[in-house]
Amino acid sequence: MIQAILVFNNHGKPRLVRFYQHFPEEIQQQIVRETFHLVLKRDDNICNFLEGGSLIGGSDYKLIYRHYATLYFVFCVDSSESELGILDLIQVFVETLDKCFENVCELDLIFHMDKGGLSAAPARAVSAVKNINLPEIPRNINIGDLNIKVPNLSQFV
Amino acid sequence: MALKMVKGSIDRMFDKNLQDLVRGIRNHKEDEAKYISQCIDEIKQELKQDNIAVKANAVCKLTYLQMLGYDISWAAFNIIEVMSASKFTFKRIGYLAASQSFHEGTDVIMLTTNQIRKDLSSPSQYDTGVALTGLSCFVTPDLARDLANDIMTLMSHTKPYIRKKAVLIMYKVFLKYPESLRPAFPRLKEKLEDPDPGVQSAAVNVICELARRNPKNYLSLAPLFFKLMTSSTNNWVLIKIIKLFGALTPLEPRLGKKLIEPLTNLIHSTSAMSLLYECVNTVIAVLISLSSGMPNHSASIQLCVQKLRILIEDSDQNLKYLGLLAMSKILKTHPKSVQSHKDLILQCLDDKDESIRLRALDLLYGMVSKKNLMEIVKKLMTHVDKAEGTTYRDELLTKIIDICSQSNYQHITNFEWYISILVELTRLEGTRHGHLIAAQMLDVAIRVKAIRKFAVSQMSTLLDNAHLVASSTQRNGICEVLYAATWICGEFSEHLQEPQHTLEAMLRPKVTTLPGHIQAVYVQNVVKLYASILQQKEQAAETEAAQAVTQLMIDRLPQFVQSADLEVQERASCILQLVKHVQKLQAKAVPVAEEVSALFAGELNPVAPKAQKKVPVPEGLDLDAWINEPLSDSESEDEKPKAMFHEEEQRQAKHRLPEVDEEELARRREARKQEQANNPFYIKSSPSPQKRYQDSPGVEHIPVVQIDLSVPLKVPGLPLSDQYVRLEEERRHRQRLEKDKRRKKRRDKEKKGKRRHGSLPTESDEDIAPAQQVDIVTEEMPENALPSDEDDKDPNDPYRALDIDLDKPLADSEKLPVQKHRNAENSKSPEKEDVPVVEKKSKKPKKKEKKHKEKEREKEKKKEKERKGEDLDFWLSTTPPPAPRAPHPGSLQDTLSVNTHTDTAPKDEVVEPRREAQDEEDEDQDQEKKPSKHKKKHKKEKEERPKDKKRSRKKLLGSEEAPGEPVQNGALEEGPLPPMSSYSLLAENSYIKMTYGIQGSLQDSQVTVSIILENLSGSVLKSMELSVLDSLNTRMARPEGSSVHDGVPVPFQLPPGVSNEAQFVFTVQSIVMAQKLKGTLSFIAKDDEGATHEKLDFKLHFSCSSYLTTTPCYSDAFAKLLESGDLSMSSIRVDGISMSFQNLLTKICFHHHFSVVERVDSCASMYSRSIQGHHICLLVKKGENSVSVDGKCSDATLLSNVLEEMKATLATC
Repeated sequence: MIQAILVFNNHGKPRLVRFYQHFPEEIQQQIVRETFHLVLKRDDNICNFLEGGSLIGGSDYKLIYRHYATLYFVFCVDSSESELGILDLIQVFVETLDKCFENVCELDLIFHMDKGGLSAAPARAVSAVKNINLPEIPRNINIGDLNIKVPNLSQFV
Repeated sequence: MALKMVKGSIDRMFDKNLQDLVRGIRNHKEDEAKYISQCIDEIKQELKQDNIAVKANAVCKLTYLQMLGYDISWAAFNIIEVMSASKFTFKRIGYLAASQSFHEGTDVIMLTTNQIRKDLSSPSQYDTGVALTGLSCFVTPDLARDLANDIMTLMSHTKPYIRKKAVLIMYKVFLKYPESLRPAFPRLKEKLEDPDPGVQSAAVNVICELARRNPKNYLSLAPLFFKLMTSSTNNWVLIKIIKLFGALTPLEPRLGKKLIEPLTNLIHSTSAMSLLYECVNTVIAVLISLSSGMPNHSASIQLCVQKLRILIEDSDQNLKYLGLLAMSKILKTHPKSVQSHKDLILQCLDDKDESIRLRALDLLYGMVSKKNLMEIVKKLMTHVDKAEGTTYRDELLTKIIDICSQSNYQHITNFEWYISILVELTRLEGTRHGHLIAAQMLDVAIRVKAIRKFAVSQMSTLLDNAHLVASSTQRNGICEVLYAATWICGEFSEHLQEPQHTLEAMLRPKVTTLPGHIQAVYVQNVVKLYASILQQKEQAAETEAAQAVTQLMIDRLPQFVQSADLEVQERASCILQLVKHVQKLQAKAVPVAEEVSALFAGELNPVAPKAQKKVPVPEGLDLDAWINEPLSDSESEDEKPKAMFHEEEQRQAKHRLPEVDEEELARRREARKQEQANNPFYIKSSPSPQKRYQDSPGVEHIPVVQIDLSVPLKVPGLPLSDQYVRLEEERRHRQRLEKDKRRKKRRDKEKKGKRRHGSLPTESDEDIAPAQQVDIVTEEMPENALPSDEDDKDPNDPYRALDIDLDKPLADSEKLPVQKHRNAENSKSPEKEDVPVVEKKSKKPKKKEKKHKEKEREKEKKKEKERKGEDLDFWLSTTPPPAPRAPHPGSLQDTLSVNTHTDTAPKDEVVEPRREAQDEEDEDQDQEKKPSKHKKKHKKEKEERPKDKKRSRKKLLGSEEAPGEPVQNGALEEGPLPPMSSYSLLAENSYIKMTYGIQGSLQDSQVTVSIILENLSGSVLKSMELSVLDSLNTRMARPEGSSVHDGVPVPFQLPPGVSNEAQFVFTVQSIVMAQKLKGTLSFIAKDDEGATHEKLDFKLHFSCSSYLTTTPCYSDAFAKLLESGDLSMSSIRVDGISMSFQNLLTKICFHHHFSVVERVDSCASMYSRSIQGHHICLLVKKGENSVSVDGKCSDATLLSNVLEEMKATLATC
């Protein structure tokens, strides 16, 4: 299960925050902050997994993230998820955004929060993701591109 | 009206929309909070307006603010208003806001129920979709209960888009309202085969998620998932399923065996790294669950390790990380396979990525052996020196200590080396783990008696150099080691070389800068030291020296008396008085040493950390009994009405807890009783069987190597561990030589030498004997310690409520509550829809079941359970349908067996899972079919795992046949059948035991003889060869080109204690008579002294039954066969049979390879076919105490022989 999806920029400003488990607003902000500090420390060329620790719900959880230009996409998942699968999913998610906004950038996410940012594209991605219904999106996307764009992405059919 | 609308849109033009808000926030960076509070005020105004567009806009802005961390719960009601807007764009905003901010504590949430129900049944799929999406985030137990039925209806919606969402949201509903799981489950299962891949994978996801938490309830779905796994090409689904299997295999090892092959195929064929990785992970899980004695899976392990190596070597850090992660799982059960990649893992220690370095460190833990421990620790020590950043260095330090101390210092052969490593670690600056090092020093010094002298000498030098350790900063964690050093020097002061010198070191003024608790230990141990010096001096009659020591104490102790730390102060002043008193006595020349040292007499023993917990409850003491009866009446009266208002879920939770407790208690009581029963004297149980250090034979004769004092030490008093590494190597070398010599002398004794764990003897580990007589003192445990303490499940676990048996049929009371207003399509109750049309195979008319219903109901529960077990058992024992990607490898015979099953297996898989939903009426018919399946099971089992070890086979046979068979047909009163094995003893001598079983195959009149060879000796058996004297009728199939007199080699060797199975094929011409063949097994037994040729003669008995193969037959075909009239007939009768008819049939099926065609009361018809195509039909009747068997067969001799054999079998019943 995916527990949370956090998107924030290089300064830790939240750009899209989605929790699938209720937390009060302060805790949510705290989680975002902590996560930001964790990922910020890491170079781009080291692995994209972080042991969740105390962050959300204990040792069963992992943070899996990708860094694109000014945005960090962080998924908090439990052990029933495939780590590499989630990495691909993030890629798919970003590409979906890209399709919806044509060259997605940070501002698109915040300016179109109602239309695209939260409701349309991610709502599709997110709802699909919610209980990890992954397959919907990969079918919509030309996965051939996916492999070319991100060379270290694991190969998916 | 029109005016209002115009006004609304004008208002909107002046309002801020979300973009304006965002822009505004960006423009007010310095006073953001102020700006936002201003905006919130505006929003509040907007929410007061009637215009829904304005409200939606306001809510939209609120959603954004919520993301920034502002509480918007005050607007919950407005959110609901927007949710109920008719326009989709507004509705969407409403649901978005709700999903972001609503939770179980939101009180207005109960107002949404009807709105959501309306949206769910909306004709627009998007309305429904958005409602489902939103609901998934804020569903509460109430909503779940009220809406469960609506959502379940949506699971059969025409649009896949809705079906998918409905399936997914069911998971949340189950979590909140567990009662809905059972009614909804059949439909959920249906969705696994939905035509839309999206819906299908949603269902897979939901079931996987459910099964992960309570795997045992979902074992019966394994066949279905297996089918999906072999047929699906969707990697996302595959990953989920494979992960699920990983969770299921620990519960059902047979499942694991079935999985290995398709998984291996996937590993070979897939190009997706993620899938590969998950396959490897699951194979590892399978191997772990099978790990007990499965030597022939080494290929799979090798494959996994090899693939993981590729991952680790990859330049992608993610793959590297995951590779290491999976490696550490293999490590737990198959350390040897991982150890061979030590180089790679050590290399990862140098990686620039800290996560990877930490993973590699984890792996090191399991890779050490006696042989390489020193080398690895040395490497780690260099890393410690190089490491930048204290966190990683601290991690290294703890890992070094973990590695060395694991399983009671199992890998340490030289404790001098270890002490010196610890001393070296004290030079680390700024570490937080001083107390860890200290604890290790104390532990080693206390538990390894032989090392005390050395430890004390090291500690005294450490104390001497205390200024080095404690100098840098006072708060430095490392000064903790002084705590240990002082204590060791004090406690074991008899080993001190120069006690006086140490005493002085301990009394230095510098000591007073140490933390209080360390000073306190100083004070206490100074006295211990003082006592032992005093005794020495008095014995040597050096009264003056003794008085000098006393004087020293009196001079120095006051510095502690002035300490600010109360503990130090108190101890010091106490001791100061004591010493002053001693001085007075000394002045009168009274011998005092005896009395002073009496203060510290006695030895300390370590106590196990769990000792307290394990003190057993004395007989007769019931800790759960009330001491005073609670004021029950009045209170429970109060309680009851309260409970009525509680949520359903809570009630259930309350109800469950005491149940578990009672069970638990009963179990503990039972365990305790048993323990006491086993101990008739009940005086004192021996200390719990802790893992003691076992010395290899003859260790006690190895002299303890004295430390070469000429070893130059670079830092005064701080030994370099390297020196000990070299010393240790020399010692090992010497020891090896010595051992070789000794071995020659004590040949015969060696033979019986115990092998630890019966593992394969590897030269490396076993040969290294520890330098010290490592007398690791076991920790003390209380008498009658309970064997284990179990970790109770967390009662608050939300998934516990979902631990529900899904195979029981639905009771009427369990139907989901259906609301009154609903669409016409809801009206059908879901259970009814699921009833599939029953395939009719037998022509039996339906009985008047209804009369029996009452009776049946009682049995029903149990039966259902058994049925589930049987279905699964049956599936598990069939060969998997060959995976499409890989051709089935194997001999002709293998392919044959696969062919015969593929036509039956898939059919069953489809039919089986559905059967659960059927009504009782069908049961009888089902049961008629079953026995025939069961026989196949035996056969297939054999074919499937021909190479398994005998032991596991026996266990399996015992476990699955015995309880599996007799419960057929609901005959519950029958006792279980003892485990049966078709294997019988062939021959045995002191080296080897042979058991064999014969299996006919329908091809070329061949039979396969499976011989299990078990090595009983301590030597390795190799070059085994089986030669058989062929008869005219029966010949052994030999490799091409070999003559009739050549033996057939057995394709394996047998290490001591291991058994394996070999198969030999024989061709038979006539099968109507039983025959015997003489043969010889020749082999070479090789042990340490040399090799001997040995022989074992045997007689292979081919019974007529062994020429029969289990073949299913339908009753109509059977009837035709009997009518055809070209069969000869014969019959037998056996008296004095007490066994139940069911068990009897089972026995005949098992031993003589028959299948039950039909059974009526105590009469059954059975069928079998010989490998040459003879039909044998039997009619078995059971009387009071006897059984009569009438047989018809196309060959009279065969029939009479088979019946004779059967008579022999039945006579033993």
